[in-house]
Amino acid sequence: MKTILYVIQKEFIQVKRNKTMLRMIVMIPLLQMLVLVFAATYDLKNVNIYLIDKDLSSTSRQLASKLDASPFFTINNTSFNPEDGEKELLKNKDHIALVIPQGFERDLIREDKASLQLLVNAIDGQAAQLAYSYANSVIRDFNKNIIAEWKGLPEFNPPYKIETTSRFWYNSELEYKWYMAPGVLAILVTLIGLFLSGMSLVKEKELGTIEQLNVTPIKKIQFLTGKLVPFIVIALFDLSFGLLIARLVFNLPIVGNLGLVFGFGALYLLGILGLGLFISTVADTQQQVMFVTYFFMMIFILMGGIFTPVDSMPHWAQLFDECNPVYHFMKIMRMVVLKGSGFGDLIHEFVALCIIGATFLALALWRYKKTA
Amino acid sequence: MEKVITVKNLVKKFGSFVANDHLNFDVYQGEIFGFLGANGAGKTTAMKILCGLSSPTSGEVKVGGFDIYTETEKVKRNIGYMSQKFSLYEDLTVAENIRFFSGIYGISPAERRQKQDKLLKDLGLERSKDALIGSLPLGWKQKLAFSVAIFHDPKIVFLDEPTGGVDPITRRKFWDLIYEAADRGITVFVTTHYMDEAEYCNRVSIMNTGKIEALDTPENLKKQYGAKNMDEVFLKIARNVE
Repeated sequence: MKTILYVIQKEFIQVKRNKTMLRMIVMIPLLQMLVLVFAATYDLKNVNIYLIDKDLSSTSRQLASKLDASPFFTINNTSFNPEDGEKELLKNKDHIALVIPQGFERDLIREDKASLQLLVNAIDGQAAQLAYSYANSVIRDFNKNIIAEWKGLPEFNPPYKIETTSRFWYNSELEYKWYMAPGVLAILVTLIGLFLSGMSLVKEKELGTIEQLNVTPIKKIQFLTGKLVPFIVIALFDLSFGLLIARLVFNLPIVGNLGLVFGFGALYLLGILGLGLFISTVADTQQQVMFVTYFFMMIFILMGGIFTPVDSMPHWAQLFDECNPVYHFMKIMRMVVLKGSGFGDLIHEFVALCIIGATFLALALWRYKKTA
Repeated sequence: MEKVITVKNLVKKFGSFVANDHLNFDVYQGEIFGFLGANGAGKTTAMKILCGLSSPTSGEVKVGGFDIYTETEKVKRNIGYMSQKFSLYEDLTVAENIRFFSGIYGISPAERRQKQDKLLKDLGLERSKDALIGSLPLGWKQKLAFSVAIFHDPKIVFLDEPTGGVDPITRRKFWDLIYEAADRGITVFVTTHYMDEAEYCNRVSIMNTGKIEALDTPENLKKQYGAKNMDEVFLKIARNVE
């Protein structure tokens, strides 16, 4: 036990002496929270519309100004030539080209129907869908109003209609940053834990100090435990630092129990650090560790459901995610922080993290050999 | 005299390459045993096996009375080791290094403080107690590394080319430390490339391509090979074999 304390003390001193490391421990949470959370957003804002109004009637102008008045759209340019609109779409300057054909108002009055053309840049499918449905709802609304106005009816009211009253639970203002912040925190903890633990053992290999330790009677488990503890403390410090930033900057509501967040954080870190130590027992140099660590990080994070929902991934990917610690931890973070889920709701994740953690730690312990 | 190291028919192979080819030798308590050989002769391989850093392919090896296969941890409790690669933590201070390594060997803080004061006084490093190892000159680092390697009073200390890259005066001073350790009863097992250092040893073995070609006191070896100094002995053995 005392031996472990000596190892822990040594690791802390080494981190303290390493100025670059210290800076990273403070700067990474700051930058990740302030940059990534803002950047990784699906909120739709500032959609530029290229308007081709060939009708130039009062109705077409009303429609245009209605769109322009909406907070999502800006009419950026107008022209009579549809090809100009296409060019702007190619240049990525505008997102939507709206073509109002000649005789739009006339058709509407005489034939009770008229058509519009909406060209949407759909390179980013999700954004295109959203822009399209927003634009559509503005036009539909406009449509209702004209009918009401012209026909003198109170408002278009079909005899049967199902009314949906909806409320958005857990994130009533649909604040995307609140959804992203816990996910980015999960990335943060992973990054710090994996790199610190991956680097630390291989650094001793590079410097030759590991050999000096291997001729001492220190037990493998003592040495590895001594290495784990400081990194758990540092990563959990960064987790609380990140949470604090989220609270202060984004006003993130922390609904659930903080103890649960940190408890699960520690459990999760055991697995991540185990993986880091395992990688560094296999690798010979810090570069090798960087490459391998990066590979795992990318897969774990991209498949972990932080940016894209796991439910829409193919079945095999969902099965894989059962072994992905980031997936479980990210889920826990969102559930506890945003919904206030309790331990009882997280039994599945708890068991999964225990199994993953035990596996990685066992691998590290097995691979680290004092005698080659 | 008590044997502290016994090696019988030690073989170490890396694939088809035989690094140690049936080595046989004994080392006695309190002696300074020189382990010589050209680069790649298999010295470091053999030393790593004796330290428990590497497992032999076959053969019988006992260090400090313990079997290297079954009692590795007991062996480790009884040895000290200083490698070619300088092996104290550069980013820790002198005192922090001593504290860490004595902690691992289970030396109590009180005993540590007392031994540390004496050590620093003997080395004339009292004022550098809180200096980072990385900031010290190489000669000092080597002396410190040696002192830390024997801080827990092991039966045997293994030194793998301990004086590489330092000037003759510093080497001479380093050997004073080795003699002191031997006087305290610590057996010294040392590899070196410097033939003047070989003269300081009680007994010397000379390896070539994985085999021990000669093993005796420097005096006897010189007589046997009709040589003026160890340098000539070494060259004769190396040439004969080629």
